[in-house]
Amino acid sequence: MASDGTGVVTVYGSGTNNGAALLEPSAHKSATFSVKVGLAQMLRGGVIMDVVTPEQARIAEEAGACAVMALERVPADIRAQGGVARMSDPGLIRDIKRAVTIPVMAKARIGHFVEAQILEAIGVDYVDESEVLTLADDAHHINKHNFRVPFVCGCRDLGEALRRIREGAAMIRTKGEAGTGNVVEAVRHVRSVMGDVRALRNMDDDEVFSYAKRIAAPYDLVMQTKQLGRLPVVQFAAGGVATPADAALMMQLGCDGVFVGSGIFKSGDPARRARAIVQAVTHYSDPKILAEVSSGLGEAMVGINLSDPKIHVERFAARSE
Amino acid sequence: MAVVGVLALQGSYNEHMAALRRIGVRGVEVRKPEQLQGLDSLIIPGGESTTMAKLANYHNLFPALREFVGAGKPVWGTCAGLIFLANKAVGQKSGGQELIGGLDCTVHRNFFGSQLQSFETELSVPMLAEKEGGNNTCRGVFIRAPAILDVGSDVEVLADCPVPADRPSITISSGEGVEEEVYSKDTVIVAVKQGNILATAFHPELTSDSRWHRFFLDMDKESHTKAFSALSLSSSSRDVQDGSKNRMANNCGHYYRHLKM
Repeated sequence: MASDGTGVVTVYGSGTNNGAALLEPSAHKSATFSVKVGLAQMLRGGVIMDVVTPEQARIAEEAGACAVMALERVPADIRAQGGVARMSDPGLIRDIKRAVTIPVMAKARIGHFVEAQILEAIGVDYVDESEVLTLADDAHHINKHNFRVPFVCGCRDLGEALRRIREGAAMIRTKGEAGTGNVVEAVRHVRSVMGDVRALRNMDDDEVFSYAKRIAAPYDLVMQTKQLGRLPVVQFAAGGVATPADAALMMQLGCDGVFVGSGIFKSGDPARRARAIVQAVTHYSDPKILAEVSSGLGEAMVGINLSDPKIHVERFAARSE
Repeated sequence: MAVVGVLALQGSYNEHMAALRRIGVRGVEVRKPEQLQGLDSLIIPGGESTTMAKLANYHNLFPALREFVGAGKPVWGTCAGLIFLANKAVGQKSGGQELIGGLDCTVHRNFFGSQLQSFETELSVPMLAEKEGGNNTCRGVFIRAPAILDVGSDVEVLADCPVPADRPSITISSGEGVEEEVYSKDTVIVAVKQGNILATAFHPELTSDSRWHRFFLDMDKESHTKAFSALSLSSSSRDVQDGSKNRMANNCGHYYRHLKM
């Protein structure tokens, strides 16, 4: 699915064809939307790992992560401990930033643009406006065009993805269900986006107006998605990826890369598992290598069965639209 | 027709594959040393250079890549790929990373500063326009880009870029960090060619301008001048495919060159 020739974002151009809506031609310009999208494109085919200490960040970098997400608590702990989850201590994020050369991301609460301003001020490379943290604004997301730093946002379907992109997100990830070690929700979300894009590609141009209204997404971005045959920004998988096979599954379903949250540092042998997941993402369509890297990894994180009637699991994914 | 490999460990390899497809050339993803066999040329894309070096090490790719470059086959590095091809890289935080080498130049890994200083600009590329047609500029997308501080005598400079005013001043520690000099020139080199090695600090694969890819493929052809008749056939068929993109009008020189071959 991923290799049928549609797996490419080209939002730049010499004023010719695609991406004209997002193009801002000029002389020397930084922090344009297209530069932000380009930044995210350099992460393609990579793994982004949640880390809570500089030591973990170094393990992740050593294993071949293309970026790290600096946090105080991984989603599994946020889930277990409850309470209000907020932006991490900027001091901790700075320490992690100093420890590695790869890009560092950090999470801000949805709608909390001041947390995002703080993260931008300390020089994080990407801000994740994340449903894993408690909502700060239950009606509005951050206007991400106001920032120089690129943003990544979660989505469950095409409409949600395009709404975030219109708000200025330069990178999209599936919401999945963070901190569960259960990939089912991430699969549902990526299937939903990919399926919607496939349906859109075959749609008559005249039908796109009403389709855009139905999925509550801006018409120009819906049309651009139809022409590109994919989202106009990089799309990663997130929320429940715990094994190399999970990661390769997300890649084969058509994602551009993978976030692994609690899956690595809640497992028996983090360094080994981290390296195995990185290799699984590079060689996602080579079952022999997948078999090799999946062997002898020790214990995976325990995980939560989301359809178990005896337990109530809060769905982080349903926190925002 | 030439088979072009694209190193597909991490980064913008899909964008290169798509750019090749746009000009009717088959690209092959390369992840293991044995996949380099039978390739006529290779593109090393942009990405996280630390990550790409780690992955290349896992699969013991460096010796095979050095052999490929050493055999004189055309190789093009963009951004992180440029760093890999350089004989010397400076501006690394700690440790350093393994390089392929072959390109006689010194690269500064983070010349243009941090993530937030990434930018796009119009570059003057008269040479590219002369060879591949189109106007005298191309859009240069610089993503946490490196730059070339100095080049050896065999290296041809294809493009340079004014040093942005908001760029943080960098100190280049030369030698063993004993003497330090500050980069003070107004412009810095961002595209070079040495024999069959092409390197750009920016990302042509992120634009819809295919001229750099054509230029690279023409290098490939020039290196195969012996297989002469087959080549002129493939290049003319390519031009026909591209004809719709109104290249023909402003591009007679390019077309004519192939006819003369």
